Amino acid sequence: MSQSPAQISRLPLALTYPLRFVPLAPLSASLTLFARKTARNHPALFRRLGVHGQKRYVLDPTDLPFVILLDPNGGTPKVTVIRGSGTGAARIAGPLAALIGLVHGVYDGDALFFSRDLVIEGETAATLALRNAVDDAELDLSQELLNLSGPLARPLHNMMAFWERHTGVHLTRPDEVETW
Amino acid sequence: MEIVCPAGTPAALRAAVKAGAHTIYCGFADESNARNFPGLNFDRNEMRDGVSFAHAHGAKVLVAINTFARAGEEAIWHRAIGDAQTCGADAVILADPGLLAFTAHHHPTLRRHLSVQAAAANADIINFYAQEFGIKRVVLPRVLSVPEIAAINAETTIETEVFVFGGLCVMAEGRCSLSSYATGQSPNMNGVCSPASHVKYSQDHGVLDARLGGYTIHRVGKNDPAPYPTLCKGCFGAGGKTGHLFEDPVSLNAERLIPQLQKAGVTALKIEGRQRSRSYVAQVVRNFRAAVDALDAGKPLPEGMLARLSEGQAMTTGAYKKTWR
Repeated sequence: MSQSPAQISRLPLALTYPLRFVPLAPLSASLTLFARKTARNHPALFRRLGVHGQKRYVLDPTDLPFVILLDPNGGTPKVTVIRGSGTGAARIAGPLAALIGLVHGVYDGDALFFSRDLVIEGETAATLALRNAVDDAELDLSQELLNLSGPLARPLHNMMAFWERHTGVHLTRPDEVETW
Repeated sequence: MEIVCPAGTPAALRAAVKAGAHTIYCGFADESNARNFPGLNFDRNEMRDGVSFAHAHGAKVLVAINTFARAGEEAIWHRAIGDAQTCGADAVILADPGLLAFTAHHHPTLRRHLSVQAAAANADIINFYAQEFGIKRVVLPRVLSVPEIAAINAETTIETEVFVFGGLCVMAEGRCSLSSYATGQSPNMNGVCSPASHVKYSQDHGVLDARLGGYTIHRVGKNDPAPYPTLCKGCFGAGGKTGHLFEDPVSLNAERLIPQLQKAGVTALKIEGRQRSRSYVAQVVRNFRAAVDALDAGKPLPEGMLARLSEGQAMTTGAYKKTWR
């Protein structure tokens, strides 16, 4: 399940450059909808966030041309995608592969911090709470998306598997093998 | 030998069990626990479910109630001990002699382990705790060499558990005031060393500054590994020199010493890191379980792959092979 931070991939420019032209308002609305559906399946995540669930997080995938503002709102999250740096209680920055790998339990947050693949600024307590809550939630963002995709689920699954193989970004949560 | 693994969340507990942990230690989400960090730890239902999951897979769960009870608020700690037993815990890990006495009197069937926070570093004090409070195991502080551990085991029948991987504390645990000095909060009283609420990071042109309670304690260059923001790992200037005054920012890794620890009579090997992710837990547990199984089978120890998970991305055998400055 675990991988060394040394293996973290950076998305190629050919993939990220076109994202400069993506309209942000529809992207924000779609991500908000997705986050709210996911939140309904994982209420414990927001209980674990506690008071930090009312703070704004700036998620900065450093290989993408935008940042993501996440307002957990105690379980009714709102996601806003903006160009520029954004402001919030805490900022978590790193390659997209690191951020998604953290969500999917591929990487250890402290190890990414030691290796400088992850930069955190602002309220450290809020960042820790988010990291711990997400780690416990055992999220699989791909599965959440497929659950919303109806008849498009299978082609979408194939497409994500393709992108996972070719970008090194862990788009799905790896199966935990029972070793013993 | 028994592998004792950390779990800060139910997901980490399940990951540890699946990765081959014999025993998991964890704590409640309150100040009875020396890892009282935001978003971490177990509520009562999670603890009960976690114990059931571990038992169903043949693993044990130890509940760490390893801070010192505050005057007038002892009920928080007493309740934690009672709830640990109700949840089915196999033992509680205690440091406070008052709580040991309370448990021995009110929960005599609940197995008691002496926490590293009690800093019991010789056979006399261990035997005293056994005689007075019926402890069955002691977690030895990380200040002893392998021959010293062997000497202790020769003079006590109490099981010994030693740290083999993870963060290091300065000298005798349970007696450190560095965090209190900078933040007013300590691991022993509040369950937090360098509480996150007092930590600030800032990065400018790749140079990372870490501040604790307003004090700058690290400044690391663009390509240098980052340490934890604890004063004991701080980098200070004095007398024209700059360096790590108390301790280098490295992690303990005593993997290669497991055969010697076994010969020294050690019962259990403990992995530090309840604040770490389920990814860390699974990786470290798998590594140590493979090492212990290889030892039991008379095979050579497998090569470890844990450097990347280590603070400062560097490792030490700590006091087990003493080379004090």
